[in-house]
Amino acid sequence: MITIIDYGLSNLLSIKRAVSLYEKDVIISDNPEDLFKADKIILPGVGAFVYGMNRMEQLGLAEVIREQCTNGKPLLGICLGMQMLLDSSEEGGKHDGLGLIHGQVVSIPAVDMDGIQQDVPHIGWGQLDVTAQKLEKSLFSRCNKIGEAYFVHSYEAKVDDGKDLVATTCYGGRNVAAVIQRENVAGCQFHPEKSGAFGLSLIESFIKDF
Amino acid sequence: MKKIRIIARLDIKDDYVVKGRQLEGVRRIGDPNELALKYYNDGIDEIIYVDNVASLYGRNSLGDVVYKTTENIFIPVTVGGGIRSVQDVREMLSKGADKVAINTAAIKDESLITSVAEAFGAQCMVLSIQAKKKADNSWEALYDNGREHSGKDVVEWAKRGQELGAGEILLTSVDHDGMMNGMDLDLIKAVNEAVTIPVIACGGARDADDIYAAEQIGVSAVALGSILHYNKAMVSDIKSQLSAKGGNVRLI
Repeated sequence: MITIIDYGLSNLLSIKRAVSLYEKDVIISDNPEDLFKADKIILPGVGAFVYGMNRMEQLGLAEVIREQCTNGKPLLGICLGMQMLLDSSEEGGKHDGLGLIHGQVVSIPAVDMDGIQQDVPHIGWGQLDVTAQKLEKSLFSRCNKIGEAYFVHSYEAKVDDGKDLVATTCYGGRNVAAVIQRENVAGCQFHPEKSGAFGLSLIESFIKDF
Repeated sequence: MKKIRIIARLDIKDDYVVKGRQLEGVRRIGDPNELALKYYNDGIDEIIYVDNVASLYGRNSLGDVVYKTTENIFIPVTVGGGIRSVQDVREMLSKGADKVAINTAAIKDESLITSVAEAFGAQCMVLSIQAKKKADNSWEALYDNGREHSGKDVVEWAKRGQELGAGEILLTSVDHDGMMNGMDLDLIKAVNEAVTIPVIACGGARDADDIYAAEQIGVSAVALGSILHYNKAMVSDIKSQLSAKGGNVRLI
């Protein structure tokens, strides 16, 4: 069973539909019980880090996620869901995350590498560059080729350990974390459920091979 | 270099995709779901659905269209036309839309922009601006699908939209819309330079040259209507031509 966490911050229909292509036993829930029962967890999210973490703490979900994932349960964080995997975010002041992958969330700079103003939020497609060595569990196991994904974000993840950085994309001349992973816990900054066939293949990899 | 997004804009009336010229008159083109799927399979980056007569009837009837389309396509979908409240937005998002484009309701009450951005995130709130050129070479924002004049200067309104929390601007040139005679590059430049949020330029694109010109201005996306719907060009051809010119675009 796959549990998609609903903590009030995202439209879950697209994710559920995408997952359902590969696994029919998928539920959307805000109940910690459904995290215990799940074989794998998906943590989605759009919007503000502080609000998201507060909701997760209030619902008792944060504690369960930390415990279950530290004990090996596969989890995929998407967009804000990925950012919440880290230790902290500077969005709206400094706030704690789940701390499952060490690092911080910082704002995307207002200017690009050449000092020229760039659009924030970063909205658009970016080619992924996979940097990690062969992983035991990989989000790319079902991908025919590494393609482009759809990004929408104003903040980006900076991981402490380079080994946790699996893929990047280039924005404004800089490398931005696109996929991060520590063993059974992975995160995509982009929306795989909005990234066409390539994005769906990552979801397939998570469902079938993680 | 930044990639430019190529977006298909489908105007809907009575469950058909329609196309007008300069916001007047409509011709039926086809079924929204079939067209959206065709464009998706051919590599379009996003879909925008606009309910043309929504503000006239006081409601947006695209919920069912969006629900059906998003069963089969997995790229961002934006819905516009007659969206007047946070509840309307919630309804559209629950049917599968990722973003909403709001024009009339925002002009009548600009605080709606902030309410939507706070409830769903700035990335969801696209401020839709219909720009009509004035004699003094500035542009005025129209609403009610081009029937009313707001008295607002488009560049100032775009800046205000960003201040209020909009995450993107959908900028349509009323004069160039449907004319297949090129885009209003002055308009695109003026607005793109005035804001730091992404701008989607719409109205008049007829080929890869036009899109390339918009890309040089630095705009984030171009929305195509007539050129796609009248089968003048396929998405994949436009993109490969654009890429051949040096444009930076997603290719599948």
